[in-house]
Amino acid sequence: MPATALEISDLNAGYGPTRIIEDISFKVAAGDRLAVIGRNGMGKTTLLATLMGLTTRHGGAISLNGEDIAGRRTSARAELGIGYVPQTRDIFPSLTVDENLRTGLKGRAPSALDEAYAMFPRLRERRGNFGKQLSGGEQQMLSMARTLLGQPSILLLDEPLEGLAPVICDELMAMLTGLAATGEMTIILVEQQIERALAFANGVMVMERGRTSWSGTPDALKSDHGLIDRLVGVGIH
Amino acid sequence: MSDITMIHAPQKRVPFAQEAAGALTILALGAVGYFLYPDDLAFLTRLIGIAFLVLSLDLVTGYCGVATLGHAAQFGVGAYAAGIACIRGVTDPVALLGVGLVAGTIMGLISGALITRFRGLPQLVLSIAVGQLVAGLANKLSWLTGGSDGLSGIEPGKVFGVFGFDMYSRTGYLFSLAVLVITFVVLQRFVRSPFGLMCRGIKDDDLRAKMIGVSIYPRLVAMYGVAGAVAGIGGALTAISTGVVGLDSVSFERSAEVLVMLVLGGAGHLWGALAGTVIFMIFEHVVAAANPFHWMTMVGLLLILIVVFAPRGLIAPVMSLWTKMTRKGKAA
Repeated sequence: MPATALEISDLNAGYGPTRIIEDISFKVAAGDRLAVIGRNGMGKTTLLATLMGLTTRHGGAISLNGEDIAGRRTSARAELGIGYVPQTRDIFPSLTVDENLRTGLKGRAPSALDEAYAMFPRLRERRGNFGKQLSGGEQQMLSMARTLLGQPSILLLDEPLEGLAPVICDELMAMLTGLAATGEMTIILVEQQIERALAFANGVMVMERGRTSWSGTPDALKSDHGLIDRLVGVGIH
Repeated sequence: MSDITMIHAPQKRVPFAQEAAGALTILALGAVGYFLYPDDLAFLTRLIGIAFLVLSLDLVTGYCGVATLGHAAQFGVGAYAAGIACIRGVTDPVALLGVGLVAGTIMGLISGALITRFRGLPQLVLSIAVGQLVAGLANKLSWLTGGSDGLSGIEPGKVFGVFGFDMYSRTGYLFSLAVLVITFVVLQRFVRSPFGLMCRGIKDDDLRAKMIGVSIYPRLVAMYGVAGAVAGIGGALTAISTGVVGLDSVSFERSAEVLVMLVLGGAGHLWGALAGTVIFMIFEHVVAAANPFHWMTMVGLLLILIVVFAPRGLIAPVMSLWTKMTRKGKAA
């Protein structure tokens, strides 16, 4: 049985004194693919931001490979192996694609950039363009490629498919599925495209008003349309 | 139509091509100054010294987004350290550069450790305070610095034991030019290194940088140290070539003036720093000679025009034009 990679216990967090997520607990093993779904404004993004140390934690524990990281700074968490691709993409607009990728090398040889270009050939075509000149899909690829260059053990993805053309979504999901197949990376995916998320994940957590309202396997959720309608607000047929 | 340029195949880059081009350009411009303006070499040597300070400021302001109005402190400390060392027996010009570099680095690290803890207005105010503190110390410690009379009697030896400093500033100019070329080439490599790129990333958005594992504060302090080294070299060169260090080298006016030069040329670009220094100082030199009473008004007008018509500095349209020309050349 794979060891627990990330364990969250009774996590309470928010922005300043305002609590957004309450009493969240879950654990994921190395190689797991957890989809976090729910209606808008239910705390999914805040959960990922909290795992990255970007919010105010009011209580609870976050353990990465057995080490308590709840008090660690954002940069330290990234150094320990958490990679975060936020909804806002967060590339450096004044750096070129190549330069953006080089900032994610974390001491690796520049030849490692070829891995990123092999994964996202479109970025190779744009390598001389500034981040601000890229389309939304290309920015998403760049953000993901830069994060992956750091070889994270935990990858947090916040709505990576938002606003992207279906063909780009397919490309990204195929790439993520390929990554997950290696079994070396744990992926936590927040996504509004429920069908794609459930097809990708091996575990699902549904959030409502900052709390976990349901958790289980994708098959269990998919087989109960009423449950999906009630918890997520969309129908899957 | 989008302004995105497709670059389908990776371009083969000649190693050190940019550095070689930079060095040759500076040398060519330097040769123009040397042969066409032999009577103004003292002024041009001073210009090169100030260029180091503007380049140094560019590293922290242009590349890291740190607001400062006290940057002359590092230049002045380098100048005083080299001057004091020279008076006390260290006369080798290269060794004096080393003294200025070390002194500037230490001052840079101290300044950076204080200033980069804060952002925005507190950062700006703190930078002014550091500058004023150094200026105050330079004035008070007159037994060491010469106080308001300045530090005089700086008589460096020959460069490499061969080239003595002359009253026409030929040696001073060529020595300064050589050091500028070397420093500029090193800085070109430095700003494109992973460290330099991450500093630009921090300027773009420090939160994004944190999310990929970057500790902001140590990097900014380290960059301040590098900037201090560059400013210290400039200070030492000025002390060596002029033979005197005055309170003006650490003054608030000097800090403000170099910030204007940087904005004029274009922050965040090494060529911008150089261009700003050259244009500002030559304009000031010419206008001050033509109209000693109202030259500041003319300088003010120039700045207003630049800020209105080229807010990103003069280098931005030049670089844009250069990029278009090279693209056309490749397409042809």
